[in-house]
Amino acid sequence: MHNDFDAERQGFAHADQELVPACRGPERFAFSWNGTQVNPGPRHLTQNVMSAPTAGLGLKPQHFDDAHACRAAGLWFEVHPENYMVEGGPRLAWLDVIRRWHPLSLHGVAMSLAADHAPDATHLGRLAALVDRFEPTQVSEHLAWSAWGGVYRPDLLPVPRTRQVLDRIVSNIALVQDRLHRTIALENPSHYLAFDEHEFDELDFLIEIAHRSGCELLLDVNNVYVSANNLGFQPESVIDAVPANLVAEIHLAGHSADPSLGQKLLIDSHDAPIAPAVWSLYDRLIQRIGPRPTLIERDEHIPRFAELLAERDHAHALMSDLAEAA
Amino acid sequence: MLLGDYQNAFAQALLAEDAGSAAPALRRLVTQPGFAVYRNTVLKGCIDALQANFPAVARLVGEEWFRAAASVYARRELPVEPTLLIYGRTFPEFLANFKPADELPYLADVARVDRLWSEAHVAADDQMLDPASLTQLAPADMSRLTLRPHAATRWTWCDEHPVYTLWRRNRECGGDSEADIAWRGEGVLLTRPDGVVRPQTLPREGVAFLTACADGISIEGAAAAALEVQPATDLVALMNQFLRAGVFAAMQETRIGEN
Repeated sequence: MHNDFDAERQGFAHADQELVPACRGPERFAFSWNGTQVNPGPRHLTQNVMSAPTAGLGLKPQHFDDAHACRAAGLWFEVHPENYMVEGGPRLAWLDVIRRWHPLSLHGVAMSLAADHAPDATHLGRLAALVDRFEPTQVSEHLAWSAWGGVYRPDLLPVPRTRQVLDRIVSNIALVQDRLHRTIALENPSHYLAFDEHEFDELDFLIEIAHRSGCELLLDVNNVYVSANNLGFQPESVIDAVPANLVAEIHLAGHSADPSLGQKLLIDSHDAPIAPAVWSLYDRLIQRIGPRPTLIERDEHIPRFAELLAERDHAHALMSDLAEAA
Repeated sequence: MLLGDYQNAFAQALLAEDAGSAAPALRRLVTQPGFAVYRNTVLKGCIDALQANFPAVARLVGEEWFRAAASVYARRELPVEPTLLIYGRTFPEFLANFKPADELPYLADVARVDRLWSEAHVAADDQMLDPASLTQLAPADMSRLTLRPHAATRWTWCDEHPVYTLWRRNRECGGDSEADIAWRGEGVLLTRPDGVVRPQTLPREGVAFLTACADGISIEGAAAAALEVQPATDLVALMNQFLRAGVFAAMQETRIGEN
């Protein structure tokens, strides 16, 4: 669900071609829009990109050629770094090509920040190497765990939100940020379980982590919607209350209803277009906090690039409307 | 409950056959319908990865059979690393011992080639030996120098099955799949000369030659190893195949004295 596997890996066998014309020189830009400074990482000023990142897409291997060629204003790409933690070969070469033309964000799924141990040093070292190589505009991770007991589970597993867990996550984020020499953004995962043990509600927990660790937040609006539906709270209680100064990035994705339980249990399946209700929450959020780099995620039933680009263009247009209204 | 204890119990419950076996402190969670979302997602993630990493096997047995077998494997061997591109190192061995696969004795060997493809795909970047450098060798150099295979070069030999033909026809759909298959042993050579993994068939003597090179044996010694398995080996033709495929990275001093 969270990993962009490529069933047709041989389909992007283009590393033998000269894909990239001579690079343009660095273009300076500041990402200040509508009076809001939009999380410019220190690398922004030296990127060879055409315009500031507005709405981006999760980069799928089958879309490499389209992604590379696309020059839509504000377009940026996000990848799971785990899919590029390899010694060499075409994957890293492809990402180099993409990065020459577009801002790139590394969105981790495996740091296991909420596990009751420090982040794996090897994994963290590999992430640091990718950060050095690709100079991403953003590095993000989840409030979840997946690696535990020497094995990795490809999911974002939940924790009870207790003081003990808070301390552990804050210290794990500090270790990651120290190693990477930069702050990360922490994402709210989707929730499917009610815990009796919670001592915080999710937003208070995220805010407390951000204040103590210095990290920022990546607010996944679809996850808020799915969690609110599954656990019975109003999504607006998060959308209207998340502190604007903490939100560095926004995620949008499609969800689906559980095959047997229907609407009672929504799954963060990333296999469909973004739902109208999630678009509304997104609009409501950016009306209040201003534009933020916004990612459209699709990991299953992946359509043509143009179809994903149309969703991206919608998010881009909503942000442009804000700028014009100002 | 301490966080670590919770994580042990949760991890166990994810793969447990029935929810009733969960630790008492976890009952409140595992009995909620949402718990199945985690169970299913973890397993689906593993199975999807195996299907992406072993496409020739999946095509040979069909998706339904493949995913059923993959779920048995995943429950036994979860990934040890989050880079799922390389998940399934032991999947070929699993298939070799998987009773329902007994009717397809070549399945594990085809899986081994899928695995080698993944290894070649993600291997370190490396230099490529300039073929011209071989033309200047003096006879004495043959015992002094060894050819080092490129980091992405992989090869294997299968005595019982035409593993290259079986793998190739199922990895790349179509082709001349109507033609009869000559049922004899075959070797596979995978190289990555230009960033793309290129497969070709390799004779038994070629496998002997490359294996000797990988062991650090001299060019002369590798040639002797090839001639030992196939006295009629055309060494010039073999070397031309290697050089065209981009098998080698460099020539270096032989590490092993006697050859």
